[in-house]
Amino acid sequence: MKARVFITLKPGVLDPQGKAIHHALEGLGFSGVNDVRAGKLIELDLADGTDDASIEEMCRKLLANTVIENFRIERLQDA
Amino acid sequence: MNSAVIVFPGSNCDRDIAVALEHVTGRKPAMVWHRDSELPAGTKFIALPGGFSYGDYLRSGAMAARSPIMRAVKDAAGRGVPVIGICNGFQVLTETGLLPGALMRNAGLSFVCRPVRLKVENSQSLFTAAYDSDEEVLFPVAHHDGNYQADAATLDRLEGEGRVAFRYQEEVNGSARNIAGILNDAGNVLGLMPHPERVIEPAHGGVDGRRLFEGLLETVA
Repeated sequence: MKARVFITLKPGVLDPQGKAIHHALEGLGFSGVNDVRAGKLIELDLADGTDDASIEEMCRKLLANTVIENFRIERLQDA
Repeated sequence: MNSAVIVFPGSNCDRDIAVALEHVTGRKPAMVWHRDSELPAGTKFIALPGGFSYGDYLRSGAMAARSPIMRAVKDAAGRGVPVIGICNGFQVLTETGLLPGALMRNAGLSFVCRPVRLKVENSQSLFTAAYDSDEEVLFPVAHHDGNYQADAATLDRLEGEGRVAFRYQEEVNGSARNIAGILNDAGNVLGLMPHPERVIEPAHGGVDGRRLFEGLLETVA
């Protein structure tokens, strides 16, 4: 089975990267972009039957730094 | 003083800190590989060097913080052994949870590499006892992820408990309250982005960093 982990900066945490992307978009003439926040997507290929609790533990122990980041787990349909 | 320098794949200031320690203490530190699970017996001081451990993969310091030797470093820190983390070492300490907060991408997005003015905010610590209070020193910085951030309550606690050891006296990387270095609550763990080990002898262009190690030697040995 596969799962995706989306890691995003917590609201309020300054995101210099997102800001730079925002400026670059404006520089290209895209108007109407109010804000940009950059994050990470990690794809996991897991043994069948891996439970949510284990994936969450992976996030807490390594994949996300919960001081500054939130994470969201999305299980993909078993193909 | 028996000291140990932890070496991760991608560390690049391990030799700088080793030379500084040998210079000041008269003894070569043990160079301890990240895969080792124990520190040499009688280790009185541990240094986590600067560099780009594990290529800064995932987050700066994230992989190094989970390496086998860090369990031994955590235990030693818990027993009161002084630990310093410089630059990437500071990032490793926050990732390990030995220090609060996180080091994020510099606010200006650029790698910053220059000498910066710092104020010694706490001259009573193990590491700063040889400095005068509020003294200004010049240490070089060389980092991309030195933007110290923590929530307001943590910052207030750090300030209130005298745990801000060094503060930038100029804009460097966007760090909250211009924090350059902090102590743990017991005062035996220091993390800082600037490099005191690079200003040890006159040929370096300055000697402001030397007293950090001299002061430590005096309090520890």
